[in-house]
Amino acid sequence: MANIISDETIKYVGILAKLELSQEEKESAGKDMGRMLDYIDKLNELDTSDVEPMTHIFSMNNVFREDVVTNGDDRSRMLENAPQQKDGAFKVPRTVE
Amino acid sequence: MSRQYETVIGLEVHVELATSTKIFCGCSTAFGGAPNTHTCPVCTGMPGSLPVLNRQVVEYALAVGLAANCQINRQCRFDRKNYFYPDNPQNYQISQLYLPVCYDGWVEIETAGGRKKIGIHEIHMEEDAGKLIHDEWEDCSLVDFNRSGVPLIEIVSEPDMRSGEEVIAYLDKLRMMIQYLGASDCKLQEGSMRADVNLSVREAGSTRMGTRTEMKNLNSFKAIARAIEGERKRQIELIEEGKEVVQETRRWDDNKECSYAMRSKEDAQDYRYFPDPDLTPVVISDQWIKEIKDRQPEMQPEKIIRYQKEFGLPEYDARILTGSKHMADIFEETVAICEKPKEASNWLMVEAMRLLKELEQDPEDMAFSPGNLAGLINLVDKGVINRTTAKNVFEEIFVHDTDPEAYVEERGLKMVSDEGALQKAAREVLEANPQSVADYRSGKEKAMGFLVGQTMRLMKGKADPGLVNKIVKDLLTNRLS
Repeated sequence: MANIISDETIKYVGILAKLELSQEEKESAGKDMGRMLDYIDKLNELDTSDVEPMTHIFSMNNVFREDVVTNGDDRSRMLENAPQQKDGAFKVPRTVE
Repeated sequence: MSRQYETVIGLEVHVELATSTKIFCGCSTAFGGAPNTHTCPVCTGMPGSLPVLNRQVVEYALAVGLAANCQINRQCRFDRKNYFYPDNPQNYQISQLYLPVCYDGWVEIETAGGRKKIGIHEIHMEEDAGKLIHDEWEDCSLVDFNRSGVPLIEIVSEPDMRSGEEVIAYLDKLRMMIQYLGASDCKLQEGSMRADVNLSVREAGSTRMGTRTEMKNLNSFKAIARAIEGERKRQIELIEEGKEVVQETRRWDDNKECSYAMRSKEDAQDYRYFPDPDLTPVVISDQWIKEIKDRQPEMQPEKIIRYQKEFGLPEYDARILTGSKHMADIFEETVAICEKPKEASNWLMVEAMRLLKELEQDPEDMAFSPGNLAGLINLVDKGVINRTTAKNVFEEIFVHDTDPEAYVEERGLKMVSDEGALQKAAREVLEANPQSVADYRSGKEKAMGFLVGQTMRLMKGKADPGLVNKIVKDLLTNRLS
């Protein structure tokens, strides 16, 4: 494996992804990430100077909707997805600014 | 010796677009619904839901971009901006980083210092977040996703502004332009237009940029002006004390007139942008751009010229009337009904502006119907009421959108032109004021004004002023006995 992922990087990615990893998991995730980067390095060996960058995996564009209201009040069903609710709202731990 | 500093300001302006539905789903954007009544799996970020772009959002973004002299990215796309916060149910905001819809434009502003172009770095489309309400009773926050997915454009300026005055002129220009295009109502108080201010200071003459801070939570032009002055002073003080300005986001508290840092450095943001695979690229053809250009409404500069030519108004008046799209609309609709442009212009320029100032309102707040103003103009023109009465009736229209004809009828405000009644009143006044009569007859012509005024008062302001003038004069000069 050519790419070595440092402990700091694993810790940082964990913070960004809001994941708490055990030492074992950190080591295993580090190995996985190293292999992923090796694979990217392999792809980078290809000469793509004549290839237009891909913007999307399907050759489709301009998929639009018209500006017409199609949804009504579906609050009770939406709130079924809330772990906790109060006064018609999703209840979450207090956020402080 | 004190050093001279230059303030360098760039703005990020968010504008809520006037679409009926959200940017990626068919939920209503109506303001003020009960919490979460305008939500669906897309705008609450449910797994497996698919966003589909609202065509009107692209059209408004293009209209604003073209009006701001921007280049258009013929192929633009959406990216995900990743961050965790409860107002953002997907844990990413769909925005545009790599290929924003518009870039490289400018608008021209005018201040006491003259005309100046302010560069537009880019305009991109994105979705708004939900609203957090902090519960007072329990230790929790409540999320309302009605605003989640409401379409925004973010207009990013170049750091071309040097003072609060220029910033206000720039915002005024953007607001007017966007209101003319009908792309947003741009109300700062209601949050449909929001400005973040990036500000740094440097020693005058220096070309190197100082460290900038970003200020949020500015919801009026006055707050923006105060925040700029406050932040400028804060940074200069730091520099003079030999300390460093820290690059950070600060929140302005307009009540305390100071700002404080919102996030610490340890909490640095890493948005890890990447293209959103759920949305296809948007390809903008010449034909589409042409259609939008053809549809652009008449903007202020053209209106100013037309008002002078078509209605014979002075340039100054045309400029004031067109300073707000709403005012210009009321003017044009009034003229369409009564065909008296000068009168319509006068009522708006003098009385309406006076009342707006008194009531601390914006022209956009005017809620009376042009038909009632046209009715009032006709009542004056036909001599049914005099100007003094008309001013009072106008206030009534302005505040309550009252039908002037019914009001005048009901209150008995019609002008009295009955010579007999006016003579009777004038005689009474002259008898009660022998000193003024003597003054006039001994050459003090001013005394007549007083007597006319008293007669008008006796007639409760409803008399025909020309006729009262004539009668009083005739009585004083003994032409009437």
